[in-house]
Amino acid sequence: MKVDRRSFLGLGIGAVAGIAISPVGAKLTDDFSIWTQNWPWTPVPPDGEVSYDRTVCHLCPGTCGISVRKIDDRPVKIEGLDSYPVNNGGVCLHGIAGLQYLYDPSRVKSPLKKINNRFVPISWDEALTLVGDRLGELRNDQNPEALACITGSDQGSVPGLFNHFMAAFGSPNYLTMPDLESWLVRTAKTLHGDAYTLGFDIDHSDFILSFGAGLIDGWGSPVACIQAMGNRRQRQATLVQIEPRLSNTAAGASQWIPINPGTEADLAMGMCAVLLKENRFDPVFAQGFKGGFMRFTAMVQKEYPLDKVAGVTGISAADIQKTAVAFAKAKMPVALPGKGRGEGAQNLKEFAAVHTLNCLSGNVNKQGGTFVKPLPKYLNFPDPVQDAVALKGAAAAPLAGSVQELVTRIDKSGESPVKALLVYNANPCFALNDPFRILAAFEKIPFKVCVTSFMDETAMASDVILPVSTFLERMEDVPSKAGLAATVVGLSKPMVKPVFNTRSPGDVVIGMARALGGDMAKSFAWDSYDACLEQVTARIWGPLVRKGHVVLSENPPAGSVETDFEFLAENPVTVKPAGDLEFTLIPIDYFRVPPTVPAPSPFAIKTVSDRILRGTDMFVEINPQSAKNLKDGGFATLTTPAGSVPVRVHFNDGIMPGVIGMVKGLGHTLDNRYVSGKGVNINALISPKIEPNSGMDAAFGIKAGISKA
Amino acid sequence: MSEIENKTEHGSMDGATAGTAGDPKNDTGLGLGVIFFIVAFLICFLSGWLLFPKLLYSKHEQPFNFDHVLHVEETGDCESCHYLREDGTFSGIPKTESCLDCHTDEPMGDTKDEAIFAAEYVAKEQEVSWYVYARQPDCVFFSHAAHINAAGMDCKSCHGPIEETRTSRPYEENRLTGYSRDIWGKNIWGIKKNPWDRMKMNDCAVCHEKETGHKGYCFQCHK
Repeated sequence: MKVDRRSFLGLGIGAVAGIAISPVGAKLTDDFSIWTQNWPWTPVPPDGEVSYDRTVCHLCPGTCGISVRKIDDRPVKIEGLDSYPVNNGGVCLHGIAGLQYLYDPSRVKSPLKKINNRFVPISWDEALTLVGDRLGELRNDQNPEALACITGSDQGSVPGLFNHFMAAFGSPNYLTMPDLESWLVRTAKTLHGDAYTLGFDIDHSDFILSFGAGLIDGWGSPVACIQAMGNRRQRQATLVQIEPRLSNTAAGASQWIPINPGTEADLAMGMCAVLLKENRFDPVFAQGFKGGFMRFTAMVQKEYPLDKVAGVTGISAADIQKTAVAFAKAKMPVALPGKGRGEGAQNLKEFAAVHTLNCLSGNVNKQGGTFVKPLPKYLNFPDPVQDAVALKGAAAAPLAGSVQELVTRIDKSGESPVKALLVYNANPCFALNDPFRILAAFEKIPFKVCVTSFMDETAMASDVILPVSTFLERMEDVPSKAGLAATVVGLSKPMVKPVFNTRSPGDVVIGMARALGGDMAKSFAWDSYDACLEQVTARIWGPLVRKGHVVLSENPPAGSVETDFEFLAENPVTVKPAGDLEFTLIPIDYFRVPPTVPAPSPFAIKTVSDRILRGTDMFVEINPQSAKNLKDGGFATLTTPAGSVPVRVHFNDGIMPGVIGMVKGLGHTLDNRYVSGKGVNINALISPKIEPNSGMDAAFGIKAGISKA
Repeated sequence: MSEIENKTEHGSMDGATAGTAGDPKNDTGLGLGVIFFIVAFLICFLSGWLLFPKLLYSKHEQPFNFDHVLHVEETGDCESCHYLREDGTFSGIPKTESCLDCHTDEPMGDTKDEAIFAAEYVAKEQEVSWYVYARQPDCVFFSHAAHINAAGMDCKSCHGPIEETRTSRPYEENRLTGYSRDIWGKNIWGIKKNPWDRMKMNDCAVCHEKETGHKGYCFQCHK
């Protein structure tokens, strides 16, 4: 017998035939097709029981009620909560993307300590002991006022706890970021006295005179404003939008009046002059006009005659006259201050002048008008236990009235008067003008503690980071603010267990106080923040838990309100943009890019138009008339007195000639590859300019030059 | 003459003399070929039947044994643990929390398996990572409510007499697709005696055609 070619042939054919009539072929074909339809590496969300839970979103000052759909214990979808008095079922793109913040790449996953410029994870005990020890040194040195604290807002119990902490510690240097609410409180204080804020009943008004307020671009409580704009036409209400650029709000308005940037205050004063001259103000409401009304009347007639205002604002005298008269004649007029989102660098003169129009119209504390509301007083903190050190420190004069002023103080001192800094829910190193100057001032502060959920620009500049749970992971009271007519307190509840080793910010403050020991610990005798919340909101706690929200006020506030004109009668200076270059660079508040905390979600960044951001390229808007040799889509260099950056040019007929617009809120450098390195932070191109009367940064823009790259 | 030409010239002659085809005396090549064929055929055929399934599936033991007979005796029916929720979704395998309606972290009986459950899952508040024999691929949408409520079918029609099982058999996972062997069926040819022996798409279609007169459309199950 000989093994030859045929034997092998037999072997091969036998093997093939054997396999062919075995199940291998059929089975593998089937399995392969299943495999290709269910790639094993594609994540598949686990199945489970569907449930809905309600809470309140506090990503922005909007405070919308939201409904969270869960599969077992895992939140999978956010929707607007029907019948919530703020948003009535609506929700914005940031709200629906709120879940992304739970797993955001820039989340701080455990307490961190900076060693040799690198962050090292430490335990909560170690972190709180470290903070307690370092802050305790200030009190031991009888220098508690050297501690400063910056929070994003001063509304609600968590900022209240920080305030309580500062009082017990003994420092008057508690500052908040300039949000719309803070500007409204400041305006109400200037014209009506302490403890008031302003609300605008846009929903019922028949004539809305907006001085650049981006009603569908993120101003105020965005969803509420967008809904009010949605039903404006049905109500046949007029919207006159005054701003240098055809924003989305201007495009949907009854009339868009372009205005030279930064002259809104002059226009409002000019309109006041028209109303006073023609005696078109409400005599009944005017009975409450106190100090300086006569002087104010004389001053505006003299300083803001129509022709002069027309020259300054670039609006024809006839248009100013016509608009002012239409405003005065309307049944329920309301004038809105606050350019764009109404936060950041604004100016008190403009807010006060615009609100004076409301006062002259007399449509105050009436439906469809402006509500001068007492600040919500639903929180009752016990008095802090202050020892001798705290009493002495707390009585010291505050170092500054705003974060920018504080930075200037530090900048100008050889040794920083601030020895330790607490930052909560704020990102001044990104969100304020000239962040490099702020970073340099931070460098001079020996010890910085950042209480944050995200590794943002300010957290990166800190020495210790105490990570806090996001709004979906914690309990908190959420008072409505930012110009809403109604005052609603919502209860935000944990929708999911903390994803990382984080704590509620309230528990962090209590933990810091306990670490300091002594009288500090006595001021924070609560077992936990949840217990503290229940105690300080005792008045409304029952209905708050039962219903998820409490409406504190809905109707126009009762009683008359006095108006003081002293501030405006002095004719405060209008802050002008710095520099002498040809163009004026202004920030554009664009709804899809939140300019403060938190940074945009990956989802929000994906929705940004490619005429604003293409890849990592930043576009600026310019009117083709003033573009000279620039090309649409071409590269250019944008220069301001504060710096110079490469940009691309987008021709827009809807922006006034001589003005360059750039979207605010891009150009992050934080640790998040979906958001960082995209575009340019316009704040880095604008130097702050302090308004003398308010102590606030009022640099809404800056002079700029642009040339072909 | 070149070597190649030489080989070619004699090639045919070599072939004629050395050839075995048609020569009954020298038929060993063919015979061997046939033997080789048969041997290879048998090896591959049997491997395909016997060895291939063993290679294709990996076996996993459940975290601990579950006695359905005992639980049905105690609770009365399937629905006590596997029920339709109010919204029509099916609860599937119960969570540890549901077990706590009866169980505590102290075992009720004296089986080793219950001791494991109490100590490892109840006491530690963990979910049991059961292997699910009947889980369909993720591209399949299936509504229990439509079959139980609308069509009035009982559990056994598709799942078989699970309530009669005292032990949890090993779960076999397809190494390629990651899915349970029960979908294709225990029989590697996919031959089945009972409806629950296999649950491929065609099994759905056959039943649908019989019960409703139509096999159904793609998007009814593949959404």
